[in-house]
Amino acid sequence: MSDTSSTLRIVWIYPDLLSTYGDQGNVLVLRRRAELRGIPTEVVRVHSSDPVPVEGDIYLLGGGEDRPQILAAQRLRADGGLKRAAERGAAVFAVCAGYQIIGETYGDDAANPLPGVGILDVRSGRGDTRAVGEIVADVDPALGVGRITGFENHQGRTSVGPSAKPLSTTVLGIGNDGATEGAYQGQVLGTYLHGPALPRNPALADLLLRWRVGDIQPLPPSWGERLHDERLAAVL
Amino acid sequence: MSELPLRAQLAAALGKGAASLSRATGRGDGSVIGGRIALKVEPNLLAELARGRRIALVSATNGKTTTTRLIASALREIGEIATNEHGANMPTGHITALANHPKARIGVLETDEKYLPQVLRETNAVVVVLMNLSRDQMDRASEINLLAKKWRDALANSQAHVVANADDPLVAWAGLGAPHATWVAAGQRWKEDSWCCPECGGHLKREPDPHWECPECGLRRPHTTWSVNTAADTVTDPQGVEHKLQLRLPGDANRSNAAIALATAAAYGIRPEQALPRIRQIESVAGRYTSIVTRGVEVRLLLAKNPAGWLESFAVLDPPRVPVILSVNAQVPDGRDTSWLWDVDYTVLRGRRVFVMGERRTDLALRLETDEVAFEVADSVEQVLTRLKAEQPDITKVDVIANYTAFQQIRTAYGRVQ
Repeated sequence: MSDTSSTLRIVWIYPDLLSTYGDQGNVLVLRRRAELRGIPTEVVRVHSSDPVPVEGDIYLLGGGEDRPQILAAQRLRADGGLKRAAERGAAVFAVCAGYQIIGETYGDDAANPLPGVGILDVRSGRGDTRAVGEIVADVDPALGVGRITGFENHQGRTSVGPSAKPLSTTVLGIGNDGATEGAYQGQVLGTYLHGPALPRNPALADLLLRWRVGDIQPLPPSWGERLHDERLAAVL
Repeated sequence: MSELPLRAQLAAALGKGAASLSRATGRGDGSVIGGRIALKVEPNLLAELARGRRIALVSATNGKTTTTRLIASALREIGEIATNEHGANMPTGHITALANHPKARIGVLETDEKYLPQVLRETNAVVVVLMNLSRDQMDRASEINLLAKKWRDALANSQAHVVANADDPLVAWAGLGAPHATWVAAGQRWKEDSWCCPECGGHLKREPDPHWECPECGLRRPHTTWSVNTAADTVTDPQGVEHKLQLRLPGDANRSNAAIALATAAAYGIRPEQALPRIRQIESVAGRYTSIVTRGVEVRLLLAKNPAGWLESFAVLDPPRVPVILSVNAQVPDGRDTSWLWDVDYTVLRGRRVFVMGERRTDLALRLETDEVAFEVADSVEQVLTRLKAEQPDITKVDVIANYTAFQQIRTAYGRVQ
C-alpha cells in the first residue's frame, strides 16, 4: 500500500471514456474483497479532464469504443500520471481497449499504429475477424490464479514483447491471437476478458490485492466462485 | 391491396396464410414468419406496400414498442393505422403490418436501430421518430457511435421530418442530419453513453442539465419546441400551452415517450387535446406493465433489457414492502454477454425482499451480493408465490423485472398476456 496511509487506493481511470461493458464490476469487487479482509479502501474516479493521481495503489482501465479509446490514450500520454504511478510500483489492471492503450502501440489499422502509454510491452493491431464470445484461459502458473473465465468482444490482435509475459494460454476463444491471452510485466496486467473480469475470477482480484498488500487471508467461497465454476462448466 | 402489382399481391397473401398458421399452431403471433415468406416471393414488397402511405418510423434502444403504440393510438384520430404493435421491428414485421392493413393511409412502424437506414430508404417514410441510444446487447449490436453515424447519413439522404429527443446527444447529432426536425426536450436519465461529443470526440459539458455542448467543436443541444416536465406530469407544446399527461402507463420514461408521441401526432396535424384522451387509455403494451392475478396476488411484469431499462424499472417499482423478482437470461435476443449487469446500480433494492431467477441467476446473485442487497434464489414465479404465501397469506402484490427472453418465458407461462 502507499507509504503515507494504510488505505488501499483504487483509481478508476476515465470511467467517462472507458466504461463500456460493466467495467465498474472490477472496481466494486476489488473494493469488496479488500474490505472483507479488513483493509480500508478509497475509490478515486478520475474523469478524462482531470489529472491522474500518482499515489494510487491499483489503477483500473476499462473498455471503450474506437473513438473514446483514442481520446483516452492521448489524454493519458499527455498527463503522464499513470506512467509515473506504474514506475513507482502501482498495480495496473487494464481491460480490452484499456489493455491495448497501456501497450507500446495500438490502432485501428496495423499499418498505422498509434502510440500507447508504454507501460506494458505489447503491440496491438486489428485482426480480420471480431472475437466475440466466452473465453477461457490458463494463467501463468507463476501467478497462482489458475483457470480464468470471461467474455471477449474485440477486433484487436496483440503480440507480447520480450519485457512482458503472456498472462495465460487460451483454452477457448481468441485473446491475444488464439494462443495466448493478456500480458503482464511486473505489476502491470492487461487482458481481453472485458467488463467484470474480476467478479468472474476472484483469484485474479486477489492477485492484484496480494501485489499491493502482501499476504491476504483466504475468503470463504461465495457467489464469485460459483459463477466461475458454472461458466467453465457451461462452455467447456 | 388492389393497387399492388400481381406478384406483390401474391406475396402478401402467402405471407398472411403463413401468419395464420403460426397463430393457429400457437408458435407465435405470425408477424415474422408471414413477412419472411412474402419477401421470398417479392423482394421489393416493403417498398411496394409502403408506396403512397405516410409512414412514421420509430427507433431507439428503449421505449420503441411503447412509443409506437402511443403514436398509433393518437393517429387513429385520422383513421385506420397500419402498425407492428407486437414489436416485430424488422422488415418482415413491417411487411406483415402493412399487408394486414391495405387500406390504411398511415403507417407507424417500430424499427430496429440497425435496420432504420434500410427501412427508411425502402418505405420513404415521411416522419422518423428517435428517442434515445444507449448500450444494448453489444455482443451483436453495433457500437452506438457507429449506429448514430449511420442514422445521420441515412437521414441526410432522405426528405424525412425528424421528431427527436434533443436531450440525448447521440440522437440529436443523428437527427441534425435531417432536412427538417422537431426537437423535444424529453429528458435523459441514463447518461453513461454520452460523455463524448459524437462529432469530434471531445468531452461534453453537460450542465446545467439538460443543456449540453462540446467545448471543442461547438456542437450543442438544438433548440426545443416541445418539452416534458416529469415532476409536474405535463408536456408543453410549441405555443407554450401545458398539457396534463395523466397516463395509465407508469414512470417518467413513459412521460418522455408521451411527449415524443404528442409531437409526432402534431406533425400529422393532430392537436394534443385530440391525442391525449387516446394515449391515456393505454395501460399495457405487448405485456409490458401488465399484471397477472394468480392465487390472489397481482404480479406486475416490467421488461428491462439493458442498463437504461433497469434504471427506468427501478423508478416505477411499488413501495419497498412489495417484493421484487429479478429474472435474467443470456440467449441471443438478450445478448450472450451479461457484463451489463455491472453497469446497473442495485443498491436501491436494499431493504426490499428480492428473488433472483432465470438462466443467469448466478450472475445476478453475485451482482447483488457485491452491492450488499439480500436476496433469495428461485426457480419460477410460482415457487416464489408459494414461499411468500406461506409466510404472509395476505400478500397482494409482487413486481417482476426481467430481460427479454426471461420476460417472454414468464409471459408464456401465464398465456401470453397482453
